[in-house]
Amino acid sequence: MQQMTYPSIDWLAITPLIILLAGTMIGLVAGSLTKMWRSSAYALSTAVLAAGALGVSIAIWIDVNSDGPRSIINDALTIDHFTVFVWIGVTISLGLVSLSSANFLRRESMDGPEVYALYVMASIGAMIMAASNDMIVLFLGLETLSIALYVLAASNRRRIESQESGLKYFILGGFASAFFLYGVALVYGATGTTNIGGIADVLSREIFVRPDDAMLLAGLALMLVGLGFKVAAAPFHFWTPDVYQGAPTPVTAFMASVGKFAAFAAFVRVLVSALSNRSEDWRPVIWVLAILSIVVGSILAVVQTDVKRMLAYSSISHAGFILIGLEAAGHSGDVEGVPSMFVYMMIYSVLVIGSFTVVSLVTRSGDARSDLAAFRGLGTQRPALALAMTIFLLAQAGVPVTSGFIAKFGVIKSAVVNDSYAIAIIAMVASVIAAFLYLKIMISMWLSDDADGAAPKESVEVPWSAATVIAGSAAFTLVVGVWPNWLIDASRDLLVLVN
Amino acid sequence: MSMIAAATEGSLPFPILTALIAAPALGALFTVLSSNRRPEITKLIAVLSSVFTGALGLWLLAAFEKGEEGFQFASRHEWIGAWGIGWNVGVDGISLFLVVLTGVLFPLVIVGIDPHHDEKRYLSWLLLLEAGVMGSFLSLDLFLFFLFFEIVLVPMYFLIGGWGYDQRIYAATKFFLYTMVGSAFMLVGIVTTAILAERDLGFVTFDLVQIAEGASFATSTARWLFFAFAIAFAVKVPLFPLHTWLPDAHTQAPTGGSVILAGVLLKLGTYGLLRFGVYLFPEAALWSREIFLTLAVIGIIWGAIAATMQTDLKRLVAYSSVAHLGFIVLGTFAFSSQAVSGGVMQMVNHGVSTGALFLLVGMIYERRHTRQIAELKGLQKIAPIFAGVFMVVMLSSIGVPGLNGFVGEFLVLIGAFPTARWWTVIAATGVILAALYLLWAYQRVFHGEPDEENSTFAELKLREGLVLAPFLAIIVFCGVYPKPMLDRIEPSVNALLDRVEAITGYSAPEASHSEPTNTEDDSTNTEGDEE
Repeated sequence: MQQMTYPSIDWLAITPLIILLAGTMIGLVAGSLTKMWRSSAYALSTAVLAAGALGVSIAIWIDVNSDGPRSIINDALTIDHFTVFVWIGVTISLGLVSLSSANFLRRESMDGPEVYALYVMASIGAMIMAASNDMIVLFLGLETLSIALYVLAASNRRRIESQESGLKYFILGGFASAFFLYGVALVYGATGTTNIGGIADVLSREIFVRPDDAMLLAGLALMLVGLGFKVAAAPFHFWTPDVYQGAPTPVTAFMASVGKFAAFAAFVRVLVSALSNRSEDWRPVIWVLAILSIVVGSILAVVQTDVKRMLAYSSISHAGFILIGLEAAGHSGDVEGVPSMFVYMMIYSVLVIGSFTVVSLVTRSGDARSDLAAFRGLGTQRPALALAMTIFLLAQAGVPVTSGFIAKFGVIKSAVVNDSYAIAIIAMVASVIAAFLYLKIMISMWLSDDADGAAPKESVEVPWSAATVIAGSAAFTLVVGVWPNWLIDASRDLLVLVN
Repeated sequence: MSMIAAATEGSLPFPILTALIAAPALGALFTVLSSNRRPEITKLIAVLSSVFTGALGLWLLAAFEKGEEGFQFASRHEWIGAWGIGWNVGVDGISLFLVVLTGVLFPLVIVGIDPHHDEKRYLSWLLLLEAGVMGSFLSLDLFLFFLFFEIVLVPMYFLIGGWGYDQRIYAATKFFLYTMVGSAFMLVGIVTTAILAERDLGFVTFDLVQIAEGASFATSTARWLFFAFAIAFAVKVPLFPLHTWLPDAHTQAPTGGSVILAGVLLKLGTYGLLRFGVYLFPEAALWSREIFLTLAVIGIIWGAIAATMQTDLKRLVAYSSVAHLGFIVLGTFAFSSQAVSGGVMQMVNHGVSTGALFLLVGMIYERRHTRQIAELKGLQKIAPIFAGVFMVVMLSSIGVPGLNGFVGEFLVLIGAFPTARWWTVIAATGVILAALYLLWAYQRVFHGEPDEENSTFAELKLREGLVLAPFLAIIVFCGVYPKPMLDRIEPSVNALLDRVEAITGYSAPEASHSEPTNTEDDSTNTEGDEE
């Protein structure tokens, strides 16, 4: 019998994954064997888990600073600043979403270990996607993330909309995954490897693959469709409003933060690492996706009357903004694109979690009232909550002194550095349209009187766990808006992709 | 970079300009944090911080070195190092009086106008607005300027939307979105300017002076960039045909909001054109001057005709703003020393006289709950002092000699005549039209026998009089003796025009299409003609 050789494993580098995996396994078993835990206990333990993974991730960041990036486990995973940055973002988002779910799940009688276990599983998938140095590993991460998200979307068993949301997401998401996988297969056919570094290596030598190789281009196109679906870029965005609206509100926040973080990381691994040599082919596609997403997202957001749908469309337009960074990263010698994308993503994650946490409180019991009228009178009833929401909305509109301005400024700068003036101007003008949407929510909160009595009678409860998330997110939004140096400096390190 | 920083820092031990921005911002913060149950303390905080800011402004005025053309009290600190962005503030003759005006206007508004409800929020928005306006006038960093320019929108939006009249939400939203469209172009323009300048300078910076002195832009690039900036400022001014937000915003805004909007907010546009448009891209500004002159003149005539037709007193004043700001733009793009200086003076004068007009119209509304000219009649018989004050302010707005409105307009007209003759000729008829619509309105509102509803109109109260007194003082003082003001404005304006000449070779008096005799006359008479 032939001796099997095992790859050597860098245990420190995968500790965050192990912490989350072990924690959630133990949690699931313990949760099913014990009676219902006390209020918020599930959420708190998940948050502690996330904090642990976050702490180790930061340690790895420092480690990469000193020892340099590396690829581990037979080149399956890459540990570089990029990976760790996404891990940090994902674990922060995981912790925030868990806390914001605590009271929500109890209110909706959904409490239990399952939802939290799914959050953690999805996060593990997201983290693997970011770290992957192999298309197959990337796909494994993608599926781990997606399957958990399908279940999460349908997790409110008492609401028909949640079921619908889960089913829609599952069917369309399944297609998207299949597209992506087929794309991987075709690229493998063209290059003879699934290793991301290997693909880049093969493509850099024209002898092996001709520039107009149809198989490679078809593979590229299919992967673009698959990933475009995952980031909710137009024209692959049709699922977003329905799924975002139907899913339980904290789950929506999770999808918009962790889901997008992972998908954009995959975009970078696939396009900027593996296919950088073919950037002339994919860059125009990203250009169109970015413009379409921003314009379609902004315009359709304005005509909505439901706040969750509005934020869903606005998340499409934010995806478009991040794609501007990706487009910039497709120019040779670019140093702004990838950093600006992930500064944006980090800022947007916090913003979107903050916003949806406020929405989850305003929807009141039943998670039913997410129309604009539900926000009426929030300014007088709960001024602090309305103020926090105002900060989130202004930040999403890109008003200065909030983090959102820094985010937008970064991607616009990355476009201008690469002479993509048209995309910058179209994006900024479309963002004015989107601003109207945020104004509409603000008007509802501060300036509308309840003339037709459409506002719900039930008052808005603000539990401490959600209050913590909202206060933390608002503080982050303002601090980054005024003092963004550390985030920008950290993002500079993302340029070095080791594949 | 650090050498320049070392040179400009420490020129004054107390960072007065930073304090001018920080004082109202802190005031806003403290009013938010103050107790709901002690409204008098909230009001006290607001009054004190705005009065303190005003006092700082006056101190700045006193300490300002007369005859200096460069930026004074400049202070520079690194902020976002990776992007070359700094906290970089300074004041020169062009911004000095706008800063002082801001400092004076806000305490008067805070003391003089009662918001009727939610006073705490009203005051904190107002103070935040003051910080934003101050910041815009003082910033010498493109990024910093944009930041303040944009942040101003938020408090103004909530002031109009929260304390305005029936159509307030529509007006506030229109105001916000119009301005933001312009800003969208400007943001791309700012980033592009900095990136292109980096290629000349070797390092990335958003510092206005460094970019202006170190970078050279290709002609066509500079024109694109100039338009990116100009569109933002044109919306803000507002220049015809982008002015339609203004009458709505003015009419629907609460009195305090209108005073601030007319007094200082609109000046962000005309100031920005000078400070950023003309300064950074002189060639482009000169190249496009005919477009701007034409739009300015259309604005003057259009605003005047529209004002004549209004039935609502406040809307009438709003349209008169469109006309008056046309004069400022005319002066700016005339590119002669008198005209540009006159434009800068007109910025301040318009702020004072139109601000006071809005204040008076607000008082009429408080008493009568209508602004319809047709429903007002014979107020002079009932309230002669009120009518007298209104008369003085109105005459200042018309531009009657001896009052401040005359000085700026007259300088603009004589300065622009040699360089932009036909535009000036048409614009001069705007002065006559101003007399028409304002006097006609005055006649309908104040003359005649008061009917029953108007017979209870209350006379000017002491508090109102005290708020109006500074306005009247400035109106008369600047009308009779504008020299101190001009002495401070002119050096900076001349420096700006020298820069235009150095880069484009264009200088106003030798303009080829004007007869030499005319220019001789006009340019020698600068000092004597004001009175």
